[in-house]
Amino acid sequence: MTAPQLPTPVPYVSGETEPFWSGAKAGRLILPHCTVCDHTIWYPKAFCGECGSLDVEWRQASGEGTLYSYTQVHRGEGPYRDLSSFVLALVDLDEGARILTNIVDADPAQLIVGQRLRVVFDDAGDAAALVRFTPLSQQSL
Amino acid sequence: MTIRGKAHIAGAFEHPLRDLPDHSVQQIHAECAVGALADAGLSIRDVDGYFSTGQLGFGGVSMTEYLGLRPSYVDATFTGGSSYLAHVGHAAAAIAAGKCKVALITQGAKVRGVLRGPKHSGDTPEFPFETVYGETNAGIYALAARRHMHEYGTTAEQLAAVKVAASHYARHNPAALLRKLVTVEDVVNSPMIANPLHRLDCCVVTDGGGALVVVAPEIARQLKRPSVRILGHAEHIKHSGNGPNDFTSTGAAVSAPRALAEAGVGLGDVDYASIYDSFTITVIMTLEDFGFCKKGQGGAFVADGALARDGVIPINTDGGGLCSNHPGYQGGLVKIVEAVRQLRGEAHPETQVRDCAIAVAHGTGGGMSRQASVTLVLGRGDA
Repeated sequence: MTAPQLPTPVPYVSGETEPFWSGAKAGRLILPHCTVCDHTIWYPKAFCGECGSLDVEWRQASGEGTLYSYTQVHRGEGPYRDLSSFVLALVDLDEGARILTNIVDADPAQLIVGQRLRVVFDDAGDAAALVRFTPLSQQSL
Repeated sequence: MTIRGKAHIAGAFEHPLRDLPDHSVQQIHAECAVGALADAGLSIRDVDGYFSTGQLGFGGVSMTEYLGLRPSYVDATFTGGSSYLAHVGHAAAAIAAGKCKVALITQGAKVRGVLRGPKHSGDTPEFPFETVYGETNAGIYALAARRHMHEYGTTAEQLAAVKVAASHYARHNPAALLRKLVTVEDVVNSPMIANPLHRLDCCVVTDGGGALVVVAPEIARQLKRPSVRILGHAEHIKHSGNGPNDFTSTGAAVSAPRALAEAGVGLGDVDYASIYDSFTITVIMTLEDFGFCKKGQGGAFVADGALARDGVIPINTDGGGLCSNHPGYQGGLVKIVEAVRQLRGEAHPETQVRDCAIAVAHGTGGGMSRQASVTLVLGRGDA
């Protein structure tokens, strides 16, 4: 686990989303999956909006993905307000979900749309960890 | 069943001020209601339908009491900045169904100098998976702009052209917050907010609001002021769709053709367009999704002068949200007001579109992750 470089606001954890957060806390990316239509669900919830099923199971994801878009935010809000800048990004997980996250341990000027990334977890309170991403090695670009 | 021609906008009012530190929000609603009813030539006692976002107090109830209304029909639809375009469509449908005859729509907002808090409470479904990462409005649209650049080669200078066009119009609007003409260089040299979006790629933050009065045709015929016919309306909520949500298109791709079809007009018939302009990229993507140019060509389209009064499609002739007004982070109502001015021939002489018979007004509520697009097609009284 990397040392948090960014704020780690504690997310609201409900019974519905607890498997996702406890998984992240344990260093695993766990996604809901519809057992009826075989759809990977994002954001985490106990309902498949694709087919209307309540039959959802939690599966471990690869933890790797591809950079869809990114921005260096210079005007943060809330807990991010005092940062000079941080990277907000959209990452396409290999399982199909496109998620909003941060890129850490990377020079923002070197980021490239389409580059490969892997998940890192930053503890946020006693029951959750935030899911962030960092570039895979240069060889995998 | 269609709403085409079943209701008219008889009154329209935009609060003339942009900074209202001593007003209450309800007072701004009331001043706008008085303004729109006076414009229509109607009394508050004539109102039998009330439409608002319901954000202030208890849904639509608190403002109904404050204004002393006794409506037979109430709607508190909230879809962010596009709410008011939805209200016009819903009011037209209610009037067509005989539920009311004089619908009042009001907006009041006071946000200047207030540090913006979270948009939602922590238990909103998407909140724990987005807001904790430092999501901001500018950041979300910056992600869209970056991806648009990646896929289509759009440039920062092309984004800036949208702001430059708005500033040309804003020079003629005494009420605009920003009246100074700016250049492409001014935009790309302004401070970076969330790259590639600079400060001048972002809309203004203002207090104020506006109001509209939507009436049945038989009432419109009795009024002295010219009214505007509501010809078409469509809504589309674009969300993740249970899979990857593209960040390079808007819900206008669905709502615009449906609204135009209801109106029975083609894109080539549209003389003026109010296009939601929270950011410069919002305009480029929306114009593409309407079909004013090919998908991906919006940058070159705006840089070629398409948005000028004598261009392909004049837009936001009051200076829009980029220069004039975006009250309470919601620019939808004032978009309708400028379309009404154009159709009545009451825009500033330097910005009035010649022989303006058909106009569209389009709102985008929310962000890029999920958004509510609402399109209205409006016609001059004889259109």
